[in-house]
Amino acid sequence: MHDKQVRRRRAVLAVLVVISLLLLTDYFGESTSSPLHRVQRGIVAVLSPIQSGASTVFSPVSDVANWVSTTLHAKTQRDQLKRQLQTADQQLATYKTEAIQNRYLSKQLGLAQSVGLDRYDPVGADVIARDPSLWYQTVEVGAGSGDGVSVNDPVTGDGGLVGKVTEVTGSTSIVTLLTNASSNDQFGVTATVTDSAGDTGVLEPAVGNPDQMVLQSLPNTAAIRPGMQVVTAGYKDPSNPELDSLYPPGVLIGTVASFNPNELLNSGQVPVTPTANVRNFTSVQILTKVGSGTERAQVTP
Amino acid sequence: MTVAESIPTKLIVRIALLSLFAVLVQETVISKISIFGVDADITPLVVMSVGLLCGSLTGAITGFFIGLMVDTVLVQTLGITSLLYITIGYWTGRLRELRDPAHGLVPVACGAAATAVAGIGMTVIQFLLGVDAPVSLLLAQQIFLTILVNTLIALPVYAVVRRIINPALPDDPRRRRRRAYTTGGLSPLQSPSQRLTGPINRGTTPAGR
Repeated sequence: MHDKQVRRRRAVLAVLVVISLLLLTDYFGESTSSPLHRVQRGIVAVLSPIQSGASTVFSPVSDVANWVSTTLHAKTQRDQLKRQLQTADQQLATYKTEAIQNRYLSKQLGLAQSVGLDRYDPVGADVIARDPSLWYQTVEVGAGSGDGVSVNDPVTGDGGLVGKVTEVTGSTSIVTLLTNASSNDQFGVTATVTDSAGDTGVLEPAVGNPDQMVLQSLPNTAAIRPGMQVVTAGYKDPSNPELDSLYPPGVLIGTVASFNPNELLNSGQVPVTPTANVRNFTSVQILTKVGSGTERAQVTP
Repeated sequence: MTVAESIPTKLIVRIALLSLFAVLVQETVISKISIFGVDADITPLVVMSVGLLCGSLTGAITGFFIGLMVDTVLVQTLGITSLLYITIGYWTGRLRELRDPAHGLVPVACGAAATAVAGIGMTVIQFLLGVDAPVSLLLAQQIFLTILVNTLIALPVYAVVRRIINPALPDDPRRRRRRAYTTGGLSPLQSPSQRLTGPINRGTTPAGR
């Protein structure tokens, strides 16, 4: 009797392990249109109303917990923000003057006046599910194809660009974050430095640090300073619209974290800290009317 | 006797509902709450608790299905979390079957171990699958802090799981014996003070003394 129990226990364990390995192998080697992926998306579509409901019901609990957590950091943040505000005030006067000049010159050249995100039909959505580990840099949001969302739509949140839509169901979408370093889903953002020289680079996740990115392929002579803002450049190729940028110009991505002249000289790269806290934002805006193509960004002084 | 026959239906239903609830609460609520800069993860703790309460077979099966649910809900690579949670459920179940630990802090130690297995195991599997992320200080720090946070919440999670599952557990002779000890029913140390009140038999004294 005891031997029988032991044999049965081992057999069940072996079966479970084999099923897990088969699923892993099959899923890893398949494309996103494979049967396993489709079944997974179907289950997500079925569960998403429950998840949305649970997220709404439990939102007071998470709000209270987040309030306690953020209050603990408030003092440090206040001091940092005071320093940033002083710098920003000085820059504001300069930018206001330049904005007037820009509007005047743009009108003369016949360029589009609107630089806001409203013209890209943004769709607001709450984050309804998130993976607690560092490994999967994806979140599930409560807006899907029924709301006009499609794959590759850019996603902003917490004051900056956070990623792009990689999976869509009727009422939910999976957003892969900019900081995702997974080899399957990683994507770079081509970057143009709009300082005095207008240099170009590619923004990619920093390997081993999911909270930071690296602006690569910059010219060795780029005049970059710590604290410079990194924004999407937007890119249009009239001869090949497929190369047009996924991202509209002027969307804030982050700031240059530090500057090491030797690093720029040897490898042409600078570290960038995303403006959005990619581990802790609760709502997003999905830009549904942008176009398709490669991604570009730029660093502004 | 099949696996389904050896596990009561009532217990299966309770564990299934508990698993679904745990995954939903984890992904929709707890993962949004940051403690010490990391998110707590109750799913390995639930698997650990089921293993400790129900044994290795139930623990492994529960681990498999909770892992599958986590991977499915978050549209991740299927099978990775299942593989890790099978290990957690099976070995906590074996701990119960072989050692039957009765100390109140066993869930705390098992919770820490389960979280460590999940965190380190995920790291190893991701490296094997070719993710371009070398071991960094941040990763080690995140794993350590998650273990710390999960250790703190292991006892309440275990208590909740025990409260849900206990009424559906089959009457185990070992549990009955332990319950009898705690209530004073069958313990060989029952009422030692009463025994001391009677005449103490020190045996016969040697003649001539």
